[in-house]
Amino acid sequence: MGAYAYARPTSVEEAVSVLASAAEAGQRTQMLAGGTDVLVQMRSVDRDPRTLVDVKHIAETNRVEIGSDEVFVGAAVPSGVLNENEELKAIFPGLIESADLIGSTQIQGRASIGGNLCNSSPAGDTIPAIIAAGGVCVIAGPSGTREVACEDFLTGVGTNVLGDTEFLLGMRFPRPPARSGDAYLRFIPRTEMDIAVAGAGVALHLDADGNCVHARVAIGAVAPTALLVPAAGEALVGTQVDDAALAAAGAACSAAASPITDKRGTVEYRIKVVGVLCRRAGAIARDRALGN
Amino acid sequence: MAEAHDYKAIGTSPVRPDGVDKVTGRANFGADLNLPNMLHGKVLRSPHAHARIRSVDVSRALEMDGVYAAISGADFPSGAEGDIQGEGGGTVSDLAQNIVARDKALYHGHPVAAVAAKTPYIAERALDLIEVDYEVLPPVLDVDEAMADGATLINENLHTNGDTSQPASNVAGITKFERGDVDEAFAEADLIVEGEYRTPTAHQGYIEPHACTATYSEEGKATIWCCTQGHFDVRSLTASVLGVSVGDLKVIPSEIGGGFGGKTVIYLEPLAVKLSEVSGRPVKMVMSREEVFRATGPTSATHSRVKVGAKKDGTITAASAWIAYEAGAFPGAPVGPGCMAIFAPYDLPNFRVEGFDVLVNKPKVAAYRAPGAPQAMYAMESAVDDLARELDMDPIDLRLMNAADEGTQAPYGPTFPPIGIRDCLQAAKAHPNYTTPKGEGVGRGIAAGFWFNIGMQSSAEVRLSEDGTVTVVEGNPDIGGTRASMCLMAAETLGVPYETVRAHVGDTESTGFCNVTGGSRTTFATGMAVVQACEDIIAQCKQRAAATWDIDADQVDWTDGEAVPQPGVNVDVQPLSLADIAGNAGRTGGPILGRASLNAQGAGASFSVNMADVTVDRETGKVDVVNFTAIQDAGTAIHRAYVEGQMQGGAVQGLGWALNEEYVYDANGEMENAGFLDYRVPVTSDMPMIDTHIVEVPNPSHPYGVRGVGETPIVAPLSVAANAVRDALGFRIPDLPLSPPNVLAAIDDREGA
Amino acid sequence: MAKVHVTTSVNGEEREVLCEPHQSLLDVLRDELGMTGTKEGCATGDCGACSVLIDGRLVCSCLMLGVEAEGVDITTIEGIANGSELHVLQRKFLEHAALQCGICTPGFIVAAKALLDTNPDPDETTIRYWLAGNLCRCTGYDKIVRAVQDAAQELAYEA
Repeated sequence: MGAYAYARPTSVEEAVSVLASAAEAGQRTQMLAGGTDVLVQMRSVDRDPRTLVDVKHIAETNRVEIGSDEVFVGAAVPSGVLNENEELKAIFPGLIESADLIGSTQIQGRASIGGNLCNSSPAGDTIPAIIAAGGVCVIAGPSGTREVACEDFLTGVGTNVLGDTEFLLGMRFPRPPARSGDAYLRFIPRTEMDIAVAGAGVALHLDADGNCVHARVAIGAVAPTALLVPAAGEALVGTQVDDAALAAAGAACSAAASPITDKRGTVEYRIKVVGVLCRRAGAIARDRALGN
Repeated sequence: MAEAHDYKAIGTSPVRPDGVDKVTGRANFGADLNLPNMLHGKVLRSPHAHARIRSVDVSRALEMDGVYAAISGADFPSGAEGDIQGEGGGTVSDLAQNIVARDKALYHGHPVAAVAAKTPYIAERALDLIEVDYEVLPPVLDVDEAMADGATLINENLHTNGDTSQPASNVAGITKFERGDVDEAFAEADLIVEGEYRTPTAHQGYIEPHACTATYSEEGKATIWCCTQGHFDVRSLTASVLGVSVGDLKVIPSEIGGGFGGKTVIYLEPLAVKLSEVSGRPVKMVMSREEVFRATGPTSATHSRVKVGAKKDGTITAASAWIAYEAGAFPGAPVGPGCMAIFAPYDLPNFRVEGFDVLVNKPKVAAYRAPGAPQAMYAMESAVDDLARELDMDPIDLRLMNAADEGTQAPYGPTFPPIGIRDCLQAAKAHPNYTTPKGEGVGRGIAAGFWFNIGMQSSAEVRLSEDGTVTVVEGNPDIGGTRASMCLMAAETLGVPYETVRAHVGDTESTGFCNVTGGSRTTFATGMAVVQACEDIIAQCKQRAAATWDIDADQVDWTDGEAVPQPGVNVDVQPLSLADIAGNAGRTGGPILGRASLNAQGAGASFSVNMADVTVDRETGKVDVVNFTAIQDAGTAIHRAYVEGQMQGGAVQGLGWALNEEYVYDANGEMENAGFLDYRVPVTSDMPMIDTHIVEVPNPSHPYGVRGVGETPIVAPLSVAANAVRDALGFRIPDLPLSPPNVLAAIDDREGA
Repeated sequence: MAKVHVTTSVNGEEREVLCEPHQSLLDVLRDELGMTGTKEGCATGDCGACSVLIDGRLVCSCLMLGVEAEGVDITTIEGIANGSELHVLQRKFLEHAALQCGICTPGFIVAAKALLDTNPDPDETTIRYWLAGNLCRCTGYDKIVRAVQDAAQELAYEA
């Protein structure tokens, strides 16, 4: 019987070296940030012992930096901490809302958006919001860091581009210009505590006349990974984000969805509701951009 | 009508005696006991919903370091015969096979073997080493499939109602009641409404998983600590499975973290005792939440058809119902009570009801709060709502017109003593939540609920301490504040302050026999025993006072907690308080102890009327409950706040069942949502405040008029929600739950989207 | 199996404990430190019965490893009362009959304390959403929400 082990690196180099030596020895590792998915999986779907590599004690994974052009969010910052950051909330209300939707207050005390991304569930709540906001993943590995757009980070249900000697340091976001807004909505049967049945994130910029000049729309829980839906963004650009444009964007989201029927919802339900959510999130993002 | 009483203690809401322990983390629940040298037991469960077990080999598990015992069905006596003594009924053989499978696994999660090891982690790993050879059989997963011709048989030796002249069947039993000339009465009706309804498998969802610790001694006796609704039942059920005498077992109840009927039966206890016997060490077993969902009693999914005929003025001429209940893998669905409850609120001269107890490859159902009634009454109360719409009548007026009353022969036989259905309906009609017009887009629903309540056996002792403080000892685990109710009734009877009374739940060796905390019987039946034991104390105190004063005992009155000479008795003495008499007891005959044991009769039925306003998001199918009003006859509310709490808790539990809770099975019979993540019980933010209105029509069979209140609250909310959604949408969705995908699909079907 | 030595503070008292790397903080509290006031209802973070405060932040102790507790301050239900004086939330839960079976109560009180520590004047909606991660199957939540409202009011009055 193999046994679990625990490592607690305090620098990026140490973390990479823990991963490299484990890989060399053929031992399995598991990155641990908030642990809210990892601990559940350890007891149910994946009980094989491994080395848990706790990345919470590395300065870079805990960094939140709001620059003039860019925002960096470390991979291990708990969503509860993000939610208390008023400046961040003002810049990316939708992204922070999505972090505030992960599980309960208790879960948010631990769960990070980096962990949500690395868990790579099709239904991860922050992922469509990260994609919509133009998030870029900063990945540490033996040969330094590399960057991958969030929509390209995910490769399938529970899988991503991370190699076995790599880990996520954090995410970079371009700071949106004036008259921007983002929003994320997901549908769940209850008011809290559920996994998204469908989700949609919208980020857009308006010009001084209220015309949309840039829009990114991403959807979740309706395909093996969260998806960027370029057609939905295109349906908004050049419009006043009125009901007709929102309906077109919603239709594009429904068209892009390729969901499954499971215990949480049917194919038909998810296709329909993801369009509804896109419309509703788009209206919220527009109102935020207009300063309403 | 209710007689006005000037109670001092009864009807107040003091802090419960066990409260401080429960807000500080000091109270010990099922999993909180740790004994020296203790091992941890885990259960290997069938990964198949239906399979023949060719062999079980535990030898490799036993070889593992840190494993001290491994057992399977072969380690338990076979061929146990006879019926179970206790509330649930059934046979010893079925119970024994549900504890651990013998030749067949009958549901996904059915125990097949168990181990005890040094740590829970090692025990779990050891389970992986047990080898079981299964022949997988096709599962039978719902009543329609189980009742169809040529269905796979779950038990080849089961014949409907035991009639072996007929072929074997998955239908264990058929229950029928009929009164009057039903066909003639339907023919006389001006109007007939019919409906076909389904309710899903739903779990009690108590927050505390089942847990027990057992230690077996060399003299062949065992002690069991466990969370249960009835430790005397645990003792007899465990003894029957192990084939030992009840005298060989001592059961000590811990505090209990919810049960709702689901902890009236046993699962782990015989395994823990056997593992302790084999290992020679104490063994603790705690279920995971997943095990609770997969392998402990949910309540029956049902399929029903109801037909109601009425005159134009609203008089119901006839009603009929056909209800099939899933029993799970063994007979015992609550079909009897369902059939008896379905028409209970009404005075019906003509009715027919037919119920079916149907085996499916799912866990054996257990009692769940008013077992059987919510499903059956959901169908009837939906049909009555439709009838009111067809007649264009107020749904409360329609019910008032047909309501049962004192003197009505209940559909299930007896003649009703005073009952509260009319009072509840009138209270509903006058309630601000009903008289206030509903808002834009809001649907309003109303429905009646009912539960029989039970009496059964109880014992109580009341002991006087030397300073006059009082200890009540009884044998019903306190699941929702019953210690407080016992203390209130004792304080009222003895005429002493509530604060001077303590209540203790004794184990099987330190108090007299009590049936389970279930059937809404504890405050009624055990309360009656406590009152009688207090009357015993009073009689003794009068004797002690009489001896002190040198008069006859029948010349002494007991008033406001004091012995006083009766008016006209010519003695010049000061009254003697309970404390005076207790303090002097050593000189007047020794310690004072009151006792009572009884088989309580006349548990009064408790009726309810509930209503709610809801909104429906037509684009997502989501139902939001805007407000909810629970009105119920409590007979006499002993502890008002805990009566309200029962009503509020039952309302929310019923709304969960109506809106989102359901077992989701895959085609192989494996439950796909065995956790609180996807078995969606209501959370705080889902619910509004729950308004309550307690009706008090005293039960003449109880010294203070108590009716049980625990179960009725869950009955009406299913139909309240469905009727409110019907009102909001303009059409009825007959199948529960009213979850967003189901509601949206119904809207789309309707609109042809 | 290599156990890990962990030094942590529980309710203000320094505790040392040997943890297996896979053990949850909940298991360590209950089985290694004998503090059974923190309850397990699900072990998957869905019921909140195991709520504790870590450096003042509300978490589910079932979703944290014991080894992660190195150097942190843990507050459990056993540390909510001030000696023999109940915390106002504990008193209000009793006065409002906000518990029936009591298994969820420690988690609710710890969670409600975390709320009132950061937001002394929450409205009903805020209370309901904050406590959404704590399941109660007995009360229907009504009296729990009222107890928290009343506790907040008393704290505000005292302040």
